[in-house]
Amino acid sequence: MSGSLFLQLLVNGLIVGMLYGVVAMCFVLIYKSTQVVNFAQGEFLLIGAWTCWWLVVDAGLPFWFGFPLTFLFMLAFGVALQMVVLRPLIGEPIISVIMVTIGLSIFFQAITKWIFGADVEPFPEIFPVKSVDIFGLQVQPAYLMSLVVSIAIMIGFAWFFKYSRMGLAMRATAFNQQVAQSLGISVKAVFATAWAISAMVSALAGVVVGMVNGVSGALSFFGIKVFPAVIVGGLDSIVGAIVGGLIIGVLENMAEYVDGQWLQIGNLYTVAPFYVLIVILMVKPYGLFGTKKIERV
Amino acid sequence: MGEAALKLAAADEPILSVNNIEVVYNDVILVLRGVSLDVPQGKVVTLLGPNGAGKSTTLKAISGLLGTEDGEVTRGSITFMGEEIANRSPEEIVRRGIFQVMEGRRIVEDMTCLENLRLGAFTRRDGAAAIRRDIDMVYNYFPRLKERTGLAGYLSGGEQQMLAIGRALMARPKLILLDEPSMGLSPLLVKEVFGIIEQVCRDLGVTILLVEQNARMALKVADFGYIMESGKIVLDGAKDDLVNNEDVKEFYLGGDKERKSFKNLKSYKRRKRWL
Repeated sequence: MSGSLFLQLLVNGLIVGMLYGVVAMCFVLIYKSTQVVNFAQGEFLLIGAWTCWWLVVDAGLPFWFGFPLTFLFMLAFGVALQMVVLRPLIGEPIISVIMVTIGLSIFFQAITKWIFGADVEPFPEIFPVKSVDIFGLQVQPAYLMSLVVSIAIMIGFAWFFKYSRMGLAMRATAFNQQVAQSLGISVKAVFATAWAISAMVSALAGVVVGMVNGVSGALSFFGIKVFPAVIVGGLDSIVGAIVGGLIIGVLENMAEYVDGQWLQIGNLYTVAPFYVLIVILMVKPYGLFGTKKIERV
Repeated sequence: MGEAALKLAAADEPILSVNNIEVVYNDVILVLRGVSLDVPQGKVVTLLGPNGAGKSTTLKAISGLLGTEDGEVTRGSITFMGEEIANRSPEEIVRRGIFQVMEGRRIVEDMTCLENLRLGAFTRRDGAAAIRRDIDMVYNYFPRLKERTGLAGYLSGGEQQMLAIGRALMARPKLILLDEPSMGLSPLLVKEVFGIIEQVCRDLGVTILLVEQNARMALKVADFGYIMESGKIVLDGAKDDLVNNEDVKEFYLGGDKERKSFKNLKSYKRRKRWL
């Protein structure tokens, strides 16, 4: 029994970890291309999930219509946020920018509570709740979908950065803004695109998590969980973000297993990632995949 | 205007014309004090001068990159193909056909050669097929870039310079601003790079404004030259006029057989009346 529980938790960990990875990627995207540490990343999930929930439940739109609409909204939201709030801060000290994103995070949490209330609201049933049996493991269809979505997003990101014109422009901007400008790249457009993509993809993750756990302010905790993932992976590595996400996801579930089986401390899983974060940073201060600067000697 | 510049103006309308510009950094530091120069279509023009004379600043004023360093053209005008471009954004200026290859090459180190070349074509809208053709063209000029599949940061200095020039060609510019292509290269490589610059200029009809410390090399490939000191143009002329000018020989080309005594340094001060 405990063996299969272990396996079940491992699979859960990987699935949740993939989602962490996706959100971590969004965080890294903003950090890499605009040098902003976005403490409001979790609130993107929150806003995305509430928007979708409102469109589907209150406005009564069918899910397959409300969902793309959520995307459009988040696109506009990301661009507007960058243009109105972050653009005037370009060139300001990093600490000011961090304070602003922390402020945004509190602001968005409060305003969603004000509009939608503090209770957990379930999503209407879009996928059957009944778990399906895969190789003897019970997996919820929504989780399965989230796995598919996560992998699709990751492949999408890989393609985007390797082959698309805008993706290359973003990498050039991340490397050096002056160089990017000398190539005719509009840094403003790159910044706005980075925030828009980050907001959209985070919202997608928010909707997926909302479908499983219901929509509530707790969604923004996802943003906090993403920090250990991102830092473990190295702040500026997309691959690192995915691996970091998986590590944190699995770790959480392993901590819960160990806790449940032997320690009985309770809630160990919420703190375990942070302990590991400290240990990893002591050994590898730039994270597992942090950029090594190329130096020719 | 010098005699040569007058001759130029008579020949045909210059593609780029900088008129008496003044550049100020951070609202207070005056760097260029009335610089004027003309670049005729399809020619190589070189801008020579000692460190800190304002050569790179002149290029950045043209390419618009000045804005990224808190600089501004406060007086005068820069016209490119008849239109005013002073203080425009760098992306607009690239779209208009001016591409600056910055000092120190500045390739994107964590990308491959191919990705760097594709980046050069960022502003182009004429389709993937045309871009692929131009990548082949660049590989034709620089065959050794084709063999390098790793990250551009691991290329040798010469290869990086070739990549930087190739990347500029990918934008299909009308005017390339080259800032010290010889920096950090061995004499042999300098020769090779300059040979290719000459060839490119001839083959593609690209106009080049070249900033150099290596005056000898620059005057070899250039049609016209300007000499800059302390934020001003102090001398200009056609290649041959400059090469045969006594002052240029003494201060920029060197190579006199006999050693100069310190007494003769006075002559340098005298020549400073240029300013």
